Amino acid sequence: MNMQTKPPHTAAEQAIVDSFAEMIGQLPGDAPVTAARDKLLSDISTSGLPTRRIESWHYTDLRNLMRDLPKPGKGSATLAEPLVRGSLVLPMVQGQSGEPSAPEGLELEPFMDLLVSGAAAKSLTARGSDDLIGQFNGAFVQDGYSFTVAADTVIDEIIEIQSVQSGGQVHSRYAASFGAKAGATVIERYLADTSDAGLSTAVSSLELADGAEVTWIILQGCGDADQHLGQLNARLGADAKLKLYVINAGGKLVRQELHVEAAGEGAHLDLRCVNLLAGESHTDVTLTLGHNVPNTTSSEIVRNVVLNRARGVFQGQIRVAQIAQKTDAQMACNTLLLSDDGEFAAKPELEIFADDVVCAHGATVIDIDHNHLFYLMARGISEKSARGLLVNGFVDELIDELDNEELVEALETLIEQWLNDHG
Amino acid sequence: MLEIKNLHARIAEDGTEIIRGLNLTVKAGEVAAIMGPNGSGKSTLSYILAGRDDYEVTEGDILYNGESILELDPSERAAKGIFLAFQYPVEIPGVATMQFLKVAMNEQRKARGEEELKTPDFIKLVKEAAASLEINPDMLKRPLNVGFSGGEKKRAEILQMKLLAPQLCVLDETDSGLDIDALKIVSDGVNALRSPDRAVIVITHYQRLLEHIVPDTVHVLYKGQVIKSGTKDLALDLEANGYAGIIEAAA
Repeated sequence: MNMQTKPPHTAAEQAIVDSFAEMIGQLPGDAPVTAARDKLLSDISTSGLPTRRIESWHYTDLRNLMRDLPKPGKGSATLAEPLVRGSLVLPMVQGQSGEPSAPEGLELEPFMDLLVSGAAAKSLTARGSDDLIGQFNGAFVQDGYSFTVAADTVIDEIIEIQSVQSGGQVHSRYAASFGAKAGATVIERYLADTSDAGLSTAVSSLELADGAEVTWIILQGCGDADQHLGQLNARLGADAKLKLYVINAGGKLVRQELHVEAAGEGAHLDLRCVNLLAGESHTDVTLTLGHNVPNTTSSEIVRNVVLNRARGVFQGQIRVAQIAQKTDAQMACNTLLLSDDGEFAAKPELEIFADDVVCAHGATVIDIDHNHLFYLMARGISEKSARGLLVNGFVDELIDELDNEELVEALETLIEQWLNDHG
Repeated sequence: MLEIKNLHARIAEDGTEIIRGLNLTVKAGEVAAIMGPNGSGKSTLSYILAGRDDYEVTEGDILYNGESILELDPSERAAKGIFLAFQYPVEIPGVATMQFLKVAMNEQRKARGEEELKTPDFIKLVKEAAASLEINPDMLKRPLNVGFSGGEKKRAEILQMKLLAPQLCVLDETDSGLDIDALKIVSDGVNALRSPDRAVIVITHYQRLLEHIVPDTVHVLYKGQVIKSGTKDLALDLEANGYAGIIEAAA
C-alpha cells in the first residue's frame, strides 16, 4: 500500500486557511465566484505551499520561506505622486479601487464589480496544480480594475495603477484588453506606506489583439518586510508587440511570474527585467513563454544587482511549438554580484519542437569592470562614485530602451535612489 | 612640475619589470615628447603616472609639484591636475556622456574645495568646448564612448581635457587611429591648452603628430629607461634613421 501522509499545515498555511474562514461572507462575489474561491482555497489547503520538490518552485521553496501572514493592516494608506507627471492614476489604496475618470477610448471598471456580478467567475482558476499565486489570489481577490482600450486608439497619457499598502493583506486583479492596433503604456506599481509587514498578491491578464502595441511596466517598490506574489498572463495576437518591464526594488519575499503566449504570427515580446536586491531578501522572476505559431520573435534581458545577503532567481522557459518555424528568441541574464554572501540562480529552459528556429540563451555573473573603474577614476571621480555610476549604468542600459524620456528619467532616478540607499 | 627619479615598476600580476630606472623631468610650460619602439614601456609609463593599480612601483619616486604621488589613487591624482588621454578610450554602456562629464567636473571641484557647477553653466561650457573640437552635440547624448568612431573617441578625450583643465596632460598615442583632418583638430585642441603653467607629455610612435604639436624636448624610451633626450630635431632624426643607432649608442 502506498499511502501518502500529508504533512501538517505550516503556520503560514494554517493562517491562509484561517484567514479565508474569517473572510467568509465578506469576499465579494455571486455563487459561482464563491464556489470558485472555495475550490482554490481547498486546493491550497490540500497541497500546501509549494516546496522545492515542485519543479517550478525549485529555487523558491515557499513552504520554507513564507513563515507567516502579516497582521491586519491599517484601513487607509496615502497615494504617492505618479511616477510621471500627468499620468492617469488608477488608485488601489489598501486594496480598494477608486473612481478615476477615463479618457476617450478607455473603458474602465472596478474588478470588484465583475466579482459581484459573477462575470469574473470563469477567470478564478489556477493555471495548474503548481499555480499557488493563481490559487491564493483567486481565493481572496477583492478588487482591482478591468479596462479596455478600444481598437485603433492610442492612449497618450501613461496609465499608472498605483497600489499603496499599509500592512495586512491585499489581493488584486487587473484585466486589460487592448483592441486591434491599440496602444498604451501601463505601469503596475506597488508601494508600501508603512514599515509594517504586508502581503500582496496580484494577477494581471493582458489580451493584445492584432497589431496592438503595449508597454507594461511592473514596478515593485514594496517595503523591506513585505511579501509580494505577482503573476502576469499575456496573450499576443498577430503583429502585437509587448514591451514588458519588471523592476524589482523592494520586498522581503517576492515572486513575479510572467506567462506570455505569442499566439499570432508576427507577435513580438521584449522582456527587460531589473532586479535590485539587498538585505536578506529573496526575489524570484519566473518566465514561461510560448512561441506557438510561426514567425514570432522575442528578446529577454534580465539584469541583477545583488548586495548583502540577498538571493535572486530567474527562471526563463521558452517553448517553441512544432509549427512555430522561424521563431527567433534571445534570452540573457546578467548578474552584478557585489557581495560574497549574495546569490543569484539563473535557469534557462528551452523546449524546441520546430527545426527552423534561432534560440539562444546566456547567463553571466560579473563584478565591476576594472577598466571602466580606472577610466572613471582617472577623470577625478572617486572610487565610490565611480562604482555607483557603473552599477547604475549596468541597469540603466535597459531603461534607456524606453522611448518616453520622462519615463526613462523617472525610472533612472528611482534606481539611482535605491542604489544610493543600499550601496 | 614632474620629476621622475630612478623609477622601477613591474606588472603587479606576474612581476614582469617594465620600467627599469627611468629618469625624466618636465617643467611647467614644457611640451615633452616620448618616443620609443614597441614594448619600450611608453604606455606603461602613462598608466603609472595616472595611478593604475595593475602596476607596482618597486623603486624610485614620482614627484608632482614637489610631492610624491605614489600613494594617491587615480581620482586623487586627477583632482590634483594630472590627466591621461587614453590610447584606447573605454566604452561604458549605460553611463551618459553628459552625466559623466558633470560628475567628473564636479568631483574634481569638490576635491579642490570649489563650488559645484550650476547646470546651465555646465551645459554652456560643454557646448563651447565641443564646438571648438567639431564634436556633434548628439554624440554627447550617447553613452560614454559607445558607438563613437576612433576619431570621435580621441576628440572626446581632448574635450574632457579641455573641460577638466589639468596641469599635467599625458597624451598616450593620441594620434593613433586619426585621419589627417581629425589629427589637425585634435592637435589644435592640445595647442590651445599650451600655457606657461601647464605641461604636456606626448607619447607617440610617429613624427607626424609632432609636426602639429611641436615639442620642446624629445626623449627616447627603450627597455624602460630614457636612453636619449634632445630637442625636436631628435624626433626628425628618429624618423629618418630609426631607433637602431640610438639604441646601439646607448648599449
